[in-house]
Amino acid sequence: MKSGKFWAWVVFIVGAAYFFIPLAATVEFSLRMRRGVHSFDAYQIVLGDARFQSTFLYSVVAAIFTIILGVLVVVPAAYWIRLRLPQLRPVVEFITLLPLVIPAIVIVFGYIRMYGSNSPLPFLGSNMGANALLVIGYATLALPYMYRAVDTGLRTIDVRTLTEAAQILGAGWGTIIGRVILPNVLIAVLSGAFLTFAIVIGEFTMASLLNRPAFGPYLQNIGANRAYEPAALAIIAFAITWGCMSLIQILSRFAPKSSNRPN
Amino acid sequence: MAEPFLSIQHVRKSYGSNTVVQDFSLDVEPGEFVSFLGPSGCGKTTVLRMVAGFEDPSAGKIVVAGKDITRLKPNQRNVGMVFQAYALFPNLTVAQNIAFGLKVAGMNKADADKRVAEMLDMIKLPQMADRYPYQLSGGQQQRIALARAIAPKPKLLLLDEPLSALDAKVRVSLREEIRSIQKKLGITTIFVTHDQEEALSISDRIAVMYGGKAEQVATPFEIYNRPATKFVANFVGTLNVLEGKVTDAAAGTVQVNTQEVSLKGKLNGSKSGDTLSLALRPEAISLGRQPGRDSSLTGEISEVHFLGSVIRVRVGIGGNTVSLDTFNNSATPPPAVGEKAEISFSSGDMLVLH
Repeated sequence: MKSGKFWAWVVFIVGAAYFFIPLAATVEFSLRMRRGVHSFDAYQIVLGDARFQSTFLYSVVAAIFTIILGVLVVVPAAYWIRLRLPQLRPVVEFITLLPLVIPAIVIVFGYIRMYGSNSPLPFLGSNMGANALLVIGYATLALPYMYRAVDTGLRTIDVRTLTEAAQILGAGWGTIIGRVILPNVLIAVLSGAFLTFAIVIGEFTMASLLNRPAFGPYLQNIGANRAYEPAALAIIAFAITWGCMSLIQILSRFAPKSSNRPN
Repeated sequence: MAEPFLSIQHVRKSYGSNTVVQDFSLDVEPGEFVSFLGPSGCGKTTVLRMVAGFEDPSAGKIVVAGKDITRLKPNQRNVGMVFQAYALFPNLTVAQNIAFGLKVAGMNKADADKRVAEMLDMIKLPQMADRYPYQLSGGQQQRIALARAIAPKPKLLLLDEPLSALDAKVRVSLREEIRSIQKKLGITTIFVTHDQEEALSISDRIAVMYGGKAEQVATPFEIYNRPATKFVANFVGTLNVLEGKVTDAAAGTVQVNTQEVSLKGKLNGSKSGDTLSLALRPEAISLGRQPGRDSSLTGEISEVHFLGSVIRVRVGIGGNTVSLDTFNNSATPPPAVGEKAEISFSSGDMLVLH
């Protein structure tokens, strides 16, 4: 074996061990609730807990609304920038990266100051308002992933020519976006959607500071007070995230194949 | 004279200080096939895009069937267009692509299906209805794009270099097919191309464009045989240009190198001593003296290229080089480089370029 290949294998094995050993240890620990034998007791307790079900459902619903909001904002914006305002792309890319640079805690404190019950826009004065604010905050956090996914999808099709071809056939903007652009970037949109889902399911800071009954604060609460259940929860959350990633891979096989020249 | 179907009137297009189309006017008769021919950047596609509604003219007017469409949006113009890059919708099947415009126009499914079947028959691809664009060759995709453009029965058909992305053989067959479909439907068509052979072979008229202006608008025969400007003469077909000096304007004699040729009646406005550019098409020249050709020049063969059915010969005459083609004759060996050669031509075929 050549020495280059040998060291490549060494790096791979060390990296895999770094990743899988803690995971295996967590799985093993989560199965040790019953003394002396391996069991799924911790999983049964977690999955049977009413608060697990309600907080998980809350986060799933919040994730769905976040995805809808993200798609409604990002798809037309990214499309329009590619079609008519390409000179604005660097500015928009910078703006979409801001949520990675500005910590969520800063954003949420800004929200609390701006939208408190005494402000002109008292989102935090009602449950529905606070839920809406949480979804808007999540959409902001997911913006870097959603924008990049959609923009990459748009890059694979000849946006301008397809738009013009649809226009000359009599289509208006709604038809163009709904029947031509969106179906051709659907897989990219779904990738962005699953990344958004994964972020929202485990998000703690915003949900906690806005006092929302979400899955993230529940995870933290269990982690602080129990021994085996947090390990089981970590594995469940990990499985959900990996499930999302696998779905992206599976769905990408069904992407419409474009013979148009990319931009 | 009948009212033109499409009238482009004094159209100009500027981007800031850069004017890409200058005072362009053209009237197109109903059912006519007009090509815009010119090099890259001459403004031909910009004029087409203004007719389609993708660009707003900075000045001027575009009228179709008596209606001013200058400020109408592309989706309100009832114009069909075929793009260079096919622009088929990748997520839709062939049938769905063709039906797109029909559905947008609100046609019911039964009528739309019937029209799609008609279109597929017309382009001779009835078995392709359920295929996706990526499963088709370039030529097939462009046929589908043509069917999609024609399906909603547009008033005007615009073809933006539709053959440029195809290989040579498919280009020839598809251009003949486009022309035959256009004649059958009688649809007024504008065809943009930079390929002179394409334009010459299928157009009723050609607008040769250069620098944002129409240099000449005429039939292919006129364009080729009686080019109005030096640019048209150079751009369309192969041309041998010889520098000559007027020796006697009244007698119509011009000296090329040290030899004299007679161009009686062609030197209007030239004075003795003027320098002229004289042009001859390769097919107007014969090697050796031929009956019926009243002029000749002598030079030396500088290059010989055997191309199969024809032999391309270049003859140096002083500082000028003349290129001509002769048919291959298996009984006669091709001429040799360095041989003295006489070329003959009719003085009537010689063009004086202004």
